[in-house]
Amino acid sequence: MGEAARAQPILALRDISKAFAGVHALEGASLEVLPGEVHALLGENGAGKSTLVKIIAGVHQPDAGEILWDGQPVHFPTPLAAQQHGIAAIYQEPALFPDLDIAENILMGRQPMDPTTRRIRWGELYAEAGRLLRSLGTSLDPRTRVRGLSMADQQMVEIAKALSMNARVLLMDEPTSSLSLREVDELFRIMRRLRELGTAIIFISHRLEEVFEIADRVTVLRDGRYVGTRRVSEVSSDQLIQMMVGRTLTTLFPKQEVPVGEVALRVQGLTKVGVFSDISFELRRGEILGLAGLVGAGRTDVARAIFGVSPADSGTIEVNGRPVQIRNPKDALALGIAYVPEDRQHHGLVLQLSITQNVTLPILEQFATLGWVDRGAEQREAKSWAERMEVHAAGLWQKVRELSGGNQQKVVLGKWLATRPRILILDEPTRGIDVGTKAAVHQLMSTLAGQGMAILLISSELPEVLSMSDRILVMREGRITGRLTRAEATQERIMAYATASLNEVGTAAGSAASQ
Amino acid sequence: MTMTPTASGRTAAREPSILPTLLLRWETLLIVLLLLGAVGNAYLSENFLDVTNLFNMTVDFMEKSIIALPMALIIVSGNIDLSVASTLALSAIVMGVLFQAGWNVWLASLAGLAVGALAGLANGLLVTRVRLPSLVVTLGTYALYRGLASAIVGDEALSGFPDDFTTIGQGYLPGTPVPVPLAIFLVLVVPFALLLHRTSFGRLVYAIGSNEEACRFAGVAVDRIKVILFVLAGLMSALAGLMLNARFGATRADVGAGFELDVITAVVLGGVDIFGGQGTILGVVLALFLIGELRFGMSLNNVPAQVQTIAIGLLLILAIILPRLLRARSGGRRVASA
Amino acid sequence: MASVTERASRPNLLLLAARFRETGIVVVILLIVAAVSLRTPYFLTPDNFRDILLNIAILSIVALGQTMVILTRSIDLSVGSIIGLSAMVVGLAVRDNPDLPPVLALLMGIGLGMALGGINGLLVTLGRVPPIIATLGTLSVYRGLVLVVSKGQWVDAYRLPAGFVQMSKSEALGVPNLLLFAAAVAIGVAYFLGHTRLGREIYAIGSNPTAAQLAGIPVSQVLFLVFVLSGALAGGAGVLWASRFAAVANDTASGFELQTVAAAVVGGVNIFGGSGTVPGVLLGSLLLGIIANALTLVHISPFWQLAVQGLVILLAVVVDALISRRLQRALALRARRMAPA
Repeated sequence: MGEAARAQPILALRDISKAFAGVHALEGASLEVLPGEVHALLGENGAGKSTLVKIIAGVHQPDAGEILWDGQPVHFPTPLAAQQHGIAAIYQEPALFPDLDIAENILMGRQPMDPTTRRIRWGELYAEAGRLLRSLGTSLDPRTRVRGLSMADQQMVEIAKALSMNARVLLMDEPTSSLSLREVDELFRIMRRLRELGTAIIFISHRLEEVFEIADRVTVLRDGRYVGTRRVSEVSSDQLIQMMVGRTLTTLFPKQEVPVGEVALRVQGLTKVGVFSDISFELRRGEILGLAGLVGAGRTDVARAIFGVSPADSGTIEVNGRPVQIRNPKDALALGIAYVPEDRQHHGLVLQLSITQNVTLPILEQFATLGWVDRGAEQREAKSWAERMEVHAAGLWQKVRELSGGNQQKVVLGKWLATRPRILILDEPTRGIDVGTKAAVHQLMSTLAGQGMAILLISSELPEVLSMSDRILVMREGRITGRLTRAEATQERIMAYATASLNEVGTAAGSAASQ
Repeated sequence: MTMTPTASGRTAAREPSILPTLLLRWETLLIVLLLLGAVGNAYLSENFLDVTNLFNMTVDFMEKSIIALPMALIIVSGNIDLSVASTLALSAIVMGVLFQAGWNVWLASLAGLAVGALAGLANGLLVTRVRLPSLVVTLGTYALYRGLASAIVGDEALSGFPDDFTTIGQGYLPGTPVPVPLAIFLVLVVPFALLLHRTSFGRLVYAIGSNEEACRFAGVAVDRIKVILFVLAGLMSALAGLMLNARFGATRADVGAGFELDVITAVVLGGVDIFGGQGTILGVVLALFLIGELRFGMSLNNVPAQVQTIAIGLLLILAIILPRLLRARSGGRRVASA
Repeated sequence: MASVTERASRPNLLLLAARFRETGIVVVILLIVAAVSLRTPYFLTPDNFRDILLNIAILSIVALGQTMVILTRSIDLSVGSIIGLSAMVVGLAVRDNPDLPPVLALLMGIGLGMALGGINGLLVTLGRVPPIIATLGTLSVYRGLVLVVSKGQWVDAYRLPAGFVQMSKSEALGVPNLLLFAAAVAIGVAYFLGHTRLGREIYAIGSNPTAAQLAGIPVSQVLFLVFVLSGALAGGAGVLWASRFAAVANDTASGFELQTVAAAVVGGVNIFGGSGTVPGVLLGSLLLGIIANALTLVHISPFWQLAVQGLVILLAVVVDALISRRLQRALALRARRMAPA
């Protein structure tokens, strides 16, 4: 247990407000961090956690409120200013230089140099970098070029960088999202070591288990506002969820029971070297098949293979009983498959276009005779879908970039439903949207299944998977490690399959089944 | 759909009328500049406002204008083509050489057009198949194509084109003061404008320029569209080359040298965002006339061509800086922050 | 404690690839040399070799400046015009003031180049104009200014003082000054890029501009600097050009920027920035020079030069793209295979 000895917080934020283009990301948010503590920052997507962290890191400036460092008011106009105070930030996307080696990445701008000639002392550079890496317990060679390093290794480099800056506060934005379980353990070991050295760590996560495992205190934000701070030892998971969400879980997900029809999609032996292997399953009409697993398990890759974005190397796909070749999304669309992507803004929408134009993008030829677009027909179609999805907007002509996350997701759903699919793949469909829209999306899924749609639901949210799926597949490291029916499924069993090592799959299945 | 109902009770599917005027703001500025330029030129030389002179003025930039049409589409799609003037030269030279070798002038012209299309195809394939950025590819073909023209004909000039061919560059529509090159351009403007603004193809060009990835995910044939755009550019460059041959009655390897500057300047000045996703044909046409008027005015005042390029270069730079400032103030962001 | 990320020191495929690149150029050079010397024995003579080196000296100097710009993920298309303008301004100055010491003339050229490059830098940093457009614009403006400055005249050999012309021709230690200048620049740039913090920051900016910003690197200032440096080298090269060819025309060095980009790209500089070496650029220039020389000796018309340059650029980027894609795939596969269960 770390020593949070001094009562004086090293960093305090009071009443911080920040708006982007009129949209409030933070309103009156506060945070206090003691030296030598691991302080978790919890909240749903859009709660303002990332914005707060970026303000601390000097990337953004607050519109209102104050920042106190060791009790003194400070101002971080640039990331450099924050760094000079001893704040280091590690983001979800590692901010490294792929063409340069690890040592240069760690010490960029601070390479040891001869004071007179200003020549870099390479020997010292590599020695220093090596020392930092070894102190973290890794045997990475500092001369290795960063390009090609795994996410875990890249994070290690980032931490070494923070160490080299003698960071007193370390910000970590969802550091575990791309790590395997063993790598997460490593990371936590290092975090504990840093805590012992007196470093304060602010740690954003959406995984409650991790918060309970590593954090000393936790602050919850909701809709950009400060909800409260608790000692981890004095709070329960349900209480935290209550603080994050503002209502209890049970009302969120409607159940659905539908008669299940014939096989719409059959996948056998699907393999993409180095990504996933031997994926086989059936998806029936009227059924929702949940695909669970930790981030990086390969679920999105399987979906993208089925949809033709990055086809598999081997294996077969059958749609409605016939073997098919899906080389690109157009092939998939022609077969009645639609894929609602994980990354809404980069893959799902063309932000500069209007709602109408986004909704009709995949089906544009239907409104064009010899190329000429019938705008009236197009608008009628878009309007019908926008109404069905209950998109809240001033008008169909509005650019989607101006819509909220929830409404944007509704547009994406409308777009894909407009292609009249028979097989719908949803990849994290409720990530980053408000609770009301979430419920609406779940309702929609139920309705669609009731109408005979075959749905593959990829989700990292266990409660969602559990309540929406008729059957659940669990993936880990590119393989299916577990198959559960709705009756058999529990959070623990899914987690067991999601985290089991391959040798243990048999035993894990055995022990899970016996629970 | 929860939308603000209009007075008639129907929900608004079309945007309110304020927006079109906002859209036209850049084009309005161009019109104003065009008029100011006309006033300035008329003040500086009395010959300017003569109708015949004005029509004749357009002849000088019709070849560039024709190239600017597909260039606008290419830039809207998020790409660029630096090789247009070189394709122009290659096509012009091939046509000239074939004609001198005894080919019928029209067949030779067809061959020239084919060369242009092939040159564009090569650009398109390098960009889509090998996945190279269009900047680098067209920098290479900029050299390669003109180099080939140069290799074929050295520094000689080819001439002797028959009169019925040279009318394309030098003639007028019968009974009117309208020069044939202007007529050709006007005939081409309409299909290009319709293509970009009213067809599914044009919509997809905008979409690709805004977010290519999302288009791929939506099953859009992104690669095919890009290749078509480059082929169009090659074709129009070749046509421009033929028109130059007709206009001068002769051709050389350095024909059209530096055209790409004017063309890109016109497109950017016309309001097309260099990063893609925005712009109109109307704006480009206005910009073309603005530049043409500027050059004409300078020529009337005996400003040498090389010095004229100073003005064009400055115009290109200003055409980028000004919209930046305008857009920054109206709060438009390309991608919404998470 | 055994680490999760334990691995033997990687043979570092990327380092291998870089060496492969330079070895590749050397191999191509040797092949061409072999092929041509079979046709023309004159090719392998020291005189010819000296000719080739002299021909590429100026190219190398400017290509190194271009390289620094490309490393930051930018491009400078105005170098040809900067050479021309510098050559004309300094040429006229020297013609009208024959007592002007050549060294001063050189400094004038460098100073002018720095100013012109500085304008590019301001456009890119303050004006936020994309480098391709900014330098396309200044390419025209500067070229136009050449004509304004010269008022249409040429500066020819009879007018330039002997001392000035000798600057590039005379020898020290048996090596022509021109080559010494080029060597000095090469050593200077190599040291700057390879052994100073600022030089390493240039690589960083091209490798990941956002990360560079977050790391506290003053990106705008560094960008401004590289354009100033590129301009300075081009300006100096302009003076050397005037000295070497003893004449300046209005279209001097027109189109030269293309050769500098070709030399860099062929030499393995990544057009997206972040990687590239001085030896690579020198080899790239050498390859271009050898090709040009070979074409002349084999009696292929000089009109093929431009086409060959274009072809060489295309080949270099295509080959690079294909290889690097293979490499990326291999690396990704490796990383995944070695990830612990």
